[in-house]
Amino acid sequence: MTPLNIVKGSTRHSAYNLRPTFSDTQERHTLALLVENEPGVLARVIGLFSGRGYNIESLTVAEVDHTGHLSRITIVTTGTPQVIEQIKAQLGRIVPVHDVHDLTVEGPSVERELAIIKVVGEGEKRVEALRLADIFRANVVDSTLNSFIFEITGAPDKIDAFADLMRPLGLVEVARTGVAALLRGD
Amino acid sequence: MTREMTGAKMVVQALKDQGVDTVFGYPGGAVLPIYDEIFLQNDIRHILVRHEQGAVHAAEGYARSTGKPGVALVTSGPGATNAVTGLTDALMDSIPIVVLTGQVPTFMIGSDAFQEADTVGITRPCTKHNWLVKDTDSLSSTMHEAFHVATSGRPGPVLIDIPKDVQFATGQYSTPKPSTSHYQPVLKGDLEEITELVAAIETAKKPVFYTGGGVINSGPAASQLLRELVDATGFPITSTLMGLGAYPASGENWLGMLGMHGLYEANLAMHDCDLMINVGARFDDRITGRIDAFSPNSKKAHIDIDPSSINKVIRVDIPIVGDVAHVLEDVLKVWKARGRKTDAANVKQWQSQIAGWRKVNCLAYTASEKTIKPQHALQRLEELTKNHDRYITTEVGQHQMWAAQYLGFEDPNRWMTSGGLGTMGYGFPASVGVQMAHPDALVINVAGEASWLMNMQEMGTAVQYRLPVKQFILNNERLGMVRQWQELLHGERYSHSWSEALPDFVKLAEAFGAKGILCSDPADLDDAIMEMINYDGPVIFDCVVEKHENCFPMIPSGKAHNEMLLGEAETQGVIDSKGSVLV
Repeated sequence: MTPLNIVKGSTRHSAYNLRPTFSDTQERHTLALLVENEPGVLARVIGLFSGRGYNIESLTVAEVDHTGHLSRITIVTTGTPQVIEQIKAQLGRIVPVHDVHDLTVEGPSVERELAIIKVVGEGEKRVEALRLADIFRANVVDSTLNSFIFEITGAPDKIDAFADLMRPLGLVEVARTGVAALLRGD
Repeated sequence: MTREMTGAKMVVQALKDQGVDTVFGYPGGAVLPIYDEIFLQNDIRHILVRHEQGAVHAAEGYARSTGKPGVALVTSGPGATNAVTGLTDALMDSIPIVVLTGQVPTFMIGSDAFQEADTVGITRPCTKHNWLVKDTDSLSSTMHEAFHVATSGRPGPVLIDIPKDVQFATGQYSTPKPSTSHYQPVLKGDLEEITELVAAIETAKKPVFYTGGGVINSGPAASQLLRELVDATGFPITSTLMGLGAYPASGENWLGMLGMHGLYEANLAMHDCDLMINVGARFDDRITGRIDAFSPNSKKAHIDIDPSSINKVIRVDIPIVGDVAHVLEDVLKVWKARGRKTDAANVKQWQSQIAGWRKVNCLAYTASEKTIKPQHALQRLEELTKNHDRYITTEVGQHQMWAAQYLGFEDPNRWMTSGGLGTMGYGFPASVGVQMAHPDALVINVAGEASWLMNMQEMGTAVQYRLPVKQFILNNERLGMVRQWQELLHGERYSHSWSEALPDFVKLAEAFGAKGILCSDPADLDDAIMEMINYDGPVIFDCVVEKHENCFPMIPSGKAHNEMLLGEAETQGVIDSKGSVLV
């Protein structure tokens, strides 16, 4: 991740500056955090969201820099512009948080999520499931005589669409990783 | 440089290296090795409190009155959970304290061991940061880092949880070095925003400074710079409860405290101003009243070291993230460089408008010759103690608001009160901490009898260490503020807001080996206060006051600054159902 040149603690990137007044519209933002991979750091982030009543739509976390012990947390959240600004500022003041990036504001970004989906069925439904999987570029990672597990990668919308199509064809279980996201370009 | 020593010794060594001279604590199984090391040295004074909550509040009192971090040491389990209120109090008021807790040995963590609690889990939301130290080699660096985090940026409480085996084991001790941590909050404000603020200062017709605890936390230089700026511009200044003393109460531009029980002239100046300069305050709900009616026609500047304070409650036009002293220095520099301009004619007119509001004399009350009015008691206390080297702590409630209204503070760090959390039981242990830091000063805890009883066990501490703290209890036999709200909002149904079994405070004092003074006649008040001041030792002053006095002025919940109540006559039916759901 290339850090953007936003000083921690700065408010100059505030989305407020672009808006004449507070807006009440709910917005969906994808935030990327670089945090020290120390015990409890995820609890601090989650505790902030629950303690202050913010929403989490999706959250992923993994160490991305093994020598520097830095983890990247990607959070998809919703709220009014004021709430989104608060979330970013509040995240920024957690001591082990190094950087907070709002990918939704900072520029076009790529969002990907991986899901594995189990579909149980026989006959024509089974054939149809395979055909749709092919269209969605989902891979079969496991199969029995009456079931498939598909692996699909894409934006959350695409996975929603695929899962919706699979439902009448015998979808029984879905496991999703949550969103990972990166800014486009350099 | 590193040296080998046990974890317990490291704790004491790190405290010494951090310049700590006093620790407030209470021993227990999981901190015995540390207590052993305390026993073997004479550099750090340990004050044995009577309850862990008292240790943390005492550390807060020490920190608030010195600007240095306060330190508390408690054991695992109940020791740690008893510290939670103090930690939350310090978090809400941004007070730098370091709390050390013992923990069961690492190999027993998670086994529901005796006196085990998930201390870092419990205290995660009520500390600025906390650590569980799992190996002795990292203990000293964690200790140093803890002091760095507690005191830099927006100060706050930190906690280090130290398992007993980590205390016994030996490891390498490292001396403090300049912090290499990534946590280095921005101190200097953005010059472009500062210039914008200066431009606003130059043209403002009705400006007001609205200052808060951030000025105190920033250090004495911040108060000095604030005074210079206020006096050079001639702009009126008001302050939150937390910021009293940053600008002297005797200063000519002083409006008094603002907010729910703030002064009429201060609140109206906030409401009618055209430029509000918030210096280290956070638009708390006690200050703003109804948000959508808050100072509707002003341009607002906000200086705060914590970016999350900006635009949290009130949208501001000129946000400046930085340390108050650094920012004020730059504001002064830029303002002087641009020719020290203000719109003097209009500011003068604004001052005379404020003088008109001041004539309302909002702190007037009906005097009595039969009973002691609490306001009168505080006026006499002010008169008889203002020339002393005086520190005031308070509990929480009516007496706290009256103290803020009727006592005058000339310097920062002289007024220690629980603002954000509103912790009853804070004031007494805090006065113990203040007296430890200032052994020769006159330390008075202005209290209500209900709050005071919450941590009265600390009388043992005061007597043991011969701390001459004066407990000035305004005794109305009521939970005064609760009673006031029940009167105004709940149809005078006084549900559980009085005690039918109060102790005899004079006998109580004597039982602890202290002095008790009872005063119920206004005619005796001055002599009794002088007796309290002149007694060399802890005093419980039972000041029996009017039982049904209400605290005014008052902005009822859900109302705007210009909808203030000035006295009893105005209270009928003014608070609607929407207001009554607020606290």
